[in-house]
Amino acid sequence: MSDLLAARSQMAVSLAFHIVFAVAGIAMPVLMAIAEGLWLIRGGPVHLELARRWARGTAILFAVGAVSGTVLSFELGLLWPRFMAFAGPIIGMPFSLEGFAFFLEATFLGIYLYGWERVPRVAHWLAGVGVAVSGAASGLFVLTANSWMNHPAGFRLVAGRVVDVSPWAAMFHAGWPVECVHMMLAAYLCLGFAVAAIHARELLRGGRNLFHERALSIALVVGGVAAVLQPVSGDASAKLAARTQPAKLAAMEGQFRSQPFAPLRLGGLPDEASGRTRGAIEIPGALSWLAYGDPRATVRGIEDWPRDERPPVAVVHVAFQIMVGSGVTLLALALAALSRRRRLFESRGLLRALSILGWLGFVALEAGWTVTEVGRQPWIVYRIVRTADSVTPMPNLIAPFLLFTGLYVFLGAIVFVLLRRHVFASPRMPA
Amino acid sequence: MSPAAIVACALIVSLVLYALGAGADFGGGVWDLFASGPRAARQRETITHAIGPIWEANHVWLILAVVLLFSCFPSAFAAVGTALHIPITVLLVGIVLRGSAFAFRSYGLEPGEAQARWGRVFALASLVSPLMLGVTLGAIASGSLTIDPVTRLVRTDFISAWCAAFPFAVGFLALALFAYLAAVYLTLETEDADLRGDFRRRALVAWEAAALVGILALVLARKGAPAIYAGLLGRPWLLAGNTLVSIAALQALARRRYPAARVLAALQVAATVAGWGLAQYPALVPPDLTITNAAAPEPVLRAVLGALLAGAVLLLPALFYLFRVFKGGRSMPIESMRKHVPEHVDPLF
Repeated sequence: MSDLLAARSQMAVSLAFHIVFAVAGIAMPVLMAIAEGLWLIRGGPVHLELARRWARGTAILFAVGAVSGTVLSFELGLLWPRFMAFAGPIIGMPFSLEGFAFFLEATFLGIYLYGWERVPRVAHWLAGVGVAVSGAASGLFVLTANSWMNHPAGFRLVAGRVVDVSPWAAMFHAGWPVECVHMMLAAYLCLGFAVAAIHARELLRGGRNLFHERALSIALVVGGVAAVLQPVSGDASAKLAARTQPAKLAAMEGQFRSQPFAPLRLGGLPDEASGRTRGAIEIPGALSWLAYGDPRATVRGIEDWPRDERPPVAVVHVAFQIMVGSGVTLLALALAALSRRRRLFESRGLLRALSILGWLGFVALEAGWTVTEVGRQPWIVYRIVRTADSVTPMPNLIAPFLLFTGLYVFLGAIVFVLLRRHVFASPRMPA
Repeated sequence: MSPAAIVACALIVSLVLYALGAGADFGGGVWDLFASGPRAARQRETITHAIGPIWEANHVWLILAVVLLFSCFPSAFAAVGTALHIPITVLLVGIVLRGSAFAFRSYGLEPGEAQARWGRVFALASLVSPLMLGVTLGAIASGSLTIDPVTRLVRTDFISAWCAAFPFAVGFLALALFAYLAAVYLTLETEDADLRGDFRRRALVAWEAAALVGILALVLARKGAPAIYAGLLGRPWLLAGNTLVSIAALQALARRRYPAARVLAALQVAATVAGWGLAQYPALVPPDLTITNAAAPEPVLRAVLGALLAGAVLLLPALFYLFRVFKGGRSMPIESMRKHVPEHVDPLF
């Protein structure tokens, strides 16, 4: 394994791990604050117990997210020092703001977790809302920095040196609203459905139980609203890629040669040696229409770019298919649940589907992340800095890669077991 | 004062606050590891309750410092990240294990079950992290990260800069200071006179350890960190002030004036961290990178300073509220805390 590949793999593992907890840190507080809000309005023990259980879950997930995020902020320098020397000043601004948003989130969370009987009820609920809002803000700031790598702006290059840096222009570049909305919706979508999956499973195992029914309802509302909005945002994201990163779009769609009336390919496996995508269901003209609003529009194929400027087509295309397929499945689940309303709890088939397919949100999340990151390759800053030129000169990078992979696999397993046993399980009944 | 110098001050302030907050949280982990005697379990309980509400907020000062470093002094961040890859990686593993283990133990588990095991992980990681943080800072201070004028990259073999006596002396100094700070804070976290006595004894031992390692680091600095050594000798009031505050803190502890001891111990640690910054001023990563030549373009510095100001306006009231709620009283007896921890389960069904 080359050092570059080891560095990329370590970054991929770190991000794939952190993104799960980051998403939980953004969306869990929303569930928790909704449950407590309902308790404030309606009273009764169920919503209070839900808020407390979800708060415990948030505490664990947030803690792991905080430390894995710290690792990432250092890894930028440990693995990509030359990228950071270049990009640090340009995108430092959103990172500084993110620091504060994260700070606020941690502060409010401290008040929320330990303040149940130390602060007034409404102040406690407001602290929960504060966690949710600052969590969303912190996510948004990180996303503006990340999407800047796709849409570098706010500086000029003169003889290889960065001049005329404008941190605001870098932060509010052309792509930020589209990319940020897509990822924020993804956070609510995948966490809402994952929580729904857990409570659906408990309902299947233990029979009717008000605790899990209320939990399922709240989680499904949050996840379902996001699932309905996500296709709109996804369409905007693809149109943005068509405009600003046509090579990424070509890889997403397995489009090798430029052509008008380009077909939309469902499934299929791109073969880079022969320059064809095999086994896909093709809808003629649909890609041209989706990307440019005109079925006659020409979509550029990946072969338009020199070999050393192409992203790996197969990985990006397959990841994209997985993401879209998962998203569509979740949308269907949301609509099915909506059509059943309260009869949902009696419908074992739908509960079973939810308990299994609800996890697809996280599959879509990781796949979508793969699309945007691998689709940008070989660039770390699109068309400006290559990933290969940014890596640290440090040798034996396979060692830290294996170290962090082992650590994260271990922690991930522990978190999963703890959450299942102690947060989402049915409340103990008095003997 | 130039914008770069103001950012450098903000950087040192966030490191000082990290030491005063998160440092003491790490120190709490150290005393968890060395909990002993008839009150060992209650010592651990006091530590857990003291750290619980605030450790995550305390932790963010480090993230802020890193972000300030890479936004405003990018070449310094690149040099440090390249040459000190190994100690920083160990530090990160320590940070990850400390935080996760604490969260698992506090929120994830029923009492008794596997708690002891996670407690052990938490405690060991609390020992490793300050050590490696100190090694990293000590290696920066030692002046061994030189920059190649042609490639503008750091010259390094990835090992010799940190694998030396001075960085490790600074590592042990950080460990001793954090343990000392934690023990002093902990005297105010309980009403129980015996427990207080336990923490007071620990604070006194840690004070002595910190003094010894501090003197050792100073002696080693003559060869191991000449720039710092010269800086300290050139500003004798730095050492004199630090010594004075340390002795005053020791006096307060000896006389059981705990609130005064808390303030003085915090001052002592703040003076040590800030003193390091002043001793090497204007160098950032000595000998080659200074606050001026490593600084990002001025519009960036100004924008980040604006963000710092705006962020502080939002953050400080919330942070103040957090500390008022949980650290406001002179002490917070554990017995009254216990009923606030939500662990009962309502008979729902």
